[in-house]
Amino acid sequence: MIALSDYLIIGAILFAISVAGIFLNRKNIIILLMAIELMLLAVNMNFVAFSYFLDDIAGQVFVFFILTVAAAEAAIGLAILVVLFRNRQTINVEDLDSMKG
Amino acid sequence: MPLETAEYLLALPEIWVLGMACLILVLDLFIRDDSRILTYLMVQATLVVAALITLAVQVPEPVLAFGNTFISDGMATLLKLFIYLVTGMGFLYARPYLQDRGLFKGEFYVLGLFAMLGMMIMVSASHFLTIYLGLELLSLCLYAMVAFNRDSGTCSEAAMKYFVLGALASGMLLYGISMLYGATGSLEIAAVASAIGAEEGSSIVLIFALCFIVVGLAFKLGAVPFHMWVPDVYHGAPTPVTLFIGSAPKIAAFAIVMRVLVDGLGGLVADWQGMLVILAVLSLAVGNVIAIAQTNLKRMLAYSTISHVGFLLLGVLAGTPDGYAAAMFYTITYALMAVGAFGMIILLSRAGFEADELEDFRGLNARNPWFAFMMLILMFSMAGVPPTVGFYAKLSVLQAVIQVDMVWLALVAVFFSVIGAFYYIRLVKIMYFDSPTDEAALQSNPGLRAVLSVNGLAVLGLGLFPGGLMALCSAALL
Repeated sequence: MIALSDYLIIGAILFAISVAGIFLNRKNIIILLMAIELMLLAVNMNFVAFSYFLDDIAGQVFVFFILTVAAAEAAIGLAILVVLFRNRQTINVEDLDSMKG
Repeated sequence: MPLETAEYLLALPEIWVLGMACLILVLDLFIRDDSRILTYLMVQATLVVAALITLAVQVPEPVLAFGNTFISDGMATLLKLFIYLVTGMGFLYARPYLQDRGLFKGEFYVLGLFAMLGMMIMVSASHFLTIYLGLELLSLCLYAMVAFNRDSGTCSEAAMKYFVLGALASGMLLYGISMLYGATGSLEIAAVASAIGAEEGSSIVLIFALCFIVVGLAFKLGAVPFHMWVPDVYHGAPTPVTLFIGSAPKIAAFAIVMRVLVDGLGGLVADWQGMLVILAVLSLAVGNVIAIAQTNLKRMLAYSTISHVGFLLLGVLAGTPDGYAAAMFYTITYALMAVGAFGMIILLSRAGFEADELEDFRGLNARNPWFAFMMLILMFSMAGVPPTVGFYAKLSVLQAVIQVDMVWLALVAVFFSVIGAFYYIRLVKIMYFDSPTDEAALQSNPGLRAVLSVNGLAVLGLGLFPGGLMALCSAALL
């Protein structure tokens, strides 16, 4: 039997990897978008585990909404990425430094 | 669980705005570019009717609807009315700017309406799912609006930064909500509050959840140390979008802070009070000190926003009804001031010229004494100089903080406000005592001038007679 804490540890590890991915990544914006998706999936893991162990359906309903919103968010993120690439011809994180002060 | 007609009636303002936003999106396709003004007029009419509906369906006692996911109460009604007002003013200021730059498209207004719908849902949320959905609807529209000027490199860069940090904030908030769900077994705010109340002390899981939720909210509010996105987004976005981001969403952010921290996690007040003290003090310090070094007015106002968020948090962390009312008053009046200040930038801009540097305001008094005076009122109000409304807002927040015996916190706030007054008054000096370098007459439409004048005078008038709005804020929280 897999205990609740095992699921939570997996969720926390995934979450930590994604936060590290956002802050340490200096190369490519697409990797940032992947890290954001991973973060939402880590949260989903938590919700499903809690929902199962609490025997309460609300958490699983929440997961469906998160998945839907994540899809919309990825669409907007990629659209902004396309616009950015058209204007700058680069998607390197280090090149996003035109504003200072 | 059958849904009653009465429940739909409570959500009628949201349903109306959703319906009209979809309708306008479709109708806009059939409107030619030279009669695009029709879209604009339909959007403004939508806001007016939404305000009337909100007034018509308000309820004396808080009522829950749709399986306890939606709440209609005094706070929701009052904040929604101000969201309509501020959004309408933002749309009005935006029109000449967008027309001059060939950006006058229906999408701007439709995205704005959907963003406003997101704010309305946040204000009326009584379930973590509705809070999340409202927040995402607002954020997704704002990301798209920041990138609205597709051919500008700074706009798309600002949009990307906003998107990544906004998504990170949503992720933090969601992780906190998932932990809270595990600890209390519910996602309804009222049920979470009673589960926390029933517990002896506060468990580690709850504190863990609270940390993530506070971090998520601080990101959305733009409080230090989670403020990195604010200056770049304010600077990079087109001015009407900056105006929009800097005003109405602050009201909605205040609403979710109230719903989550006060209504939901009120039992943990001793725990989140300390966190908010740190956020508030850092925001006041960093916002006011770094703003001094700015030469770009939009960037300066971004740091000024950060310091105002610090004040807002001071009101909330007092943890008393007076403190909440003061914070609400502060948020509403700040939104009015921010709309006016960014409106001035739009007023001074013209096709091919962006008046967003401090230098562009040089000698404004010689060019146009009336609008120099309006900017003076707005800057004095942000600095907190009597008799403007900013003074009264700061005073009531400080009173609330002193009432709970945190005098040192009030002293810190006053100290940094005095530092902050420097950069507001420097702008006044530039307007009144420097000679103009740019002699071109202001060219803008009469509607913008009229509303901007009313905006400036309202800031002065509310400062002279703050009692009415303050009474409304106190009554809304009962």
